[in-house]
Amino acid sequence: MELPRYHRLRGAYYRLEGSACSACDRRFFPPRPVCPSCKSQGLGTFAFSGRGTLYSWSRVVQPPHGFASIAPYDVGMVRLEEGPLVTAQLADTEGVALEIGMPVEMVTRTIQDAEEHGYIVYGYKFRPLLRPGGTAGP
Amino acid sequence: MREVSIIGVGQTPVAEHWDRSIRDLSVDAIAAARRDAGVERVDALFVGNMLSGELAGQENLATLVADACGLLPIEALKIEAACASGGAALRAACLAVGSGAHDYALVLGVEKMTDHPTDSVTSALALAADADYEAAHGISFAALNGLLMRRYMHEHKARHEDFAPFSVNAHRNAARNPHAMYRTPITADDFVRSPVVADPINILDSAGICDGAAALLVAPSSEARRGRRPPVRVAASTCATDTLGLAERRDPLVWQAVADSARLAYDQARVKPKDIDFFEAHDAFTIVSVLTLEACGFADRGTALKLAAEGRIALEGDIPICTMGGLKGRGHPVGASGAYQLVECVLQLRGEAGAAQVKGATIGMAQSVGGSGSVAVTHILAA
Repeated sequence: MELPRYHRLRGAYYRLEGSACSACDRRFFPPRPVCPSCKSQGLGTFAFSGRGTLYSWSRVVQPPHGFASIAPYDVGMVRLEEGPLVTAQLADTEGVALEIGMPVEMVTRTIQDAEEHGYIVYGYKFRPLLRPGGTAGP
Repeated sequence: MREVSIIGVGQTPVAEHWDRSIRDLSVDAIAAARRDAGVERVDALFVGNMLSGELAGQENLATLVADACGLLPIEALKIEAACASGGAALRAACLAVGSGAHDYALVLGVEKMTDHPTDSVTSALALAADADYEAAHGISFAALNGLLMRRYMHEHKARHEDFAPFSVNAHRNAARNPHAMYRTPITADDFVRSPVVADPINILDSAGICDGAAALLVAPSSEARRGRRPPVRVAASTCATDTLGLAERRDPLVWQAVADSARLAYDQARVKPKDIDFFEAHDAFTIVSVLTLEACGFADRGTALKLAAEGRIALEGDIPICTMGGLKGRGHPVGASGAYQLVECVLQLRGEAGAAQVKGATIGMAQSVGGSGSVAVTHILAA
């Protein structure tokens, strides 16, 4: 990922910042310039908690260019507790039986390695929520 | 708006054309369409293509094609709407001819994908997704469809093998189409044993990487009798959009752009789903067939798998889909696929579909979907 683009995305990638519409109280991730509901402009920044549940998941066996070194890897759609769905990679899934509805939380991990540009791109992934006993699950 | 008809069609076989460039394929398909029409005049060219910049190293594609075909100095534009580009190019031609701006407009869909290794093509296809919030995270196009498929299976208590009839139907029909790429019939067992791409999506859920070009010549219906072949009327031409990112939808299993473009098309053509004799669906993945059949009103929510299991999507069924193989069986040269669907629609309506002919077909629908349901172009054609 090009450096200026990575710089522009830092709020969303590091802090899960989306946007909130003050006119109709809806929240969005990724951030939006215009509220699709009430068409208000100038939406404010809203940082999501990073907690949610797994809406769906897939294991990528045939990866796009640049992701072969981590394949196969799991990706998911997560229903954030504030409402929006977000699509992301899943982390720490080894030995975990993934299930729709299981609780997950955001973690910051390597999204793209340093191979192409000489720097690592960090960003959000989601991992199964750990129980005190160390196993995943509610 | 003037009524518009398709007066000529042409296509190259869909294949891995290692000895043919994007220019060669374009010239062949256009020459075939012009021969078929028997009309010399061309006023404008609309080229549907998704990835010429990325995979063929060529933009300004429409100028290249106009030049190569000896059509200079006519207006020539590339139309891009991801995998819906081919359908969108006919839509552009219908607007141009319908409005009276042009009389004879050529539509070309062309894509050249097989010069590149699979991971590069996988990345290129992901350009139709959200670059920052899907593709950059390694979420391939197959993965987006895998996410949809698993959710659908969860909500409707379906098994992966329940999707087999779509792939089996596509290959059975492709075997009857001399221009199709995958002409070997498959069984439900083959489907289940196929290698995984993005779980639960496997190879036989997915349309293949390939090359091809298809072309149509469009004219006002009032002029259409000048051609050699029986004209086919464009009864509806529509386009609708939804969020670029799959996750930003209220319900990802409801393909609203597909539903909207279909509803607009039914209104324009003054028909209902039951009046459609066959449907060239955008079966890029089996789950896409399911979601589009439900969005277009051919099946209620959660019932498209039943439709397929009962054989109703077969050539002899009440809603035959992908009659000449669809994206799965004919092959999916992405920006060209919409044009192939429309060429096949015309062949069906002229009674020239050979062994794949849907008997007595007079109204056909073709629908191209770009992205994960984010743009849909629907055409209804009538004999």
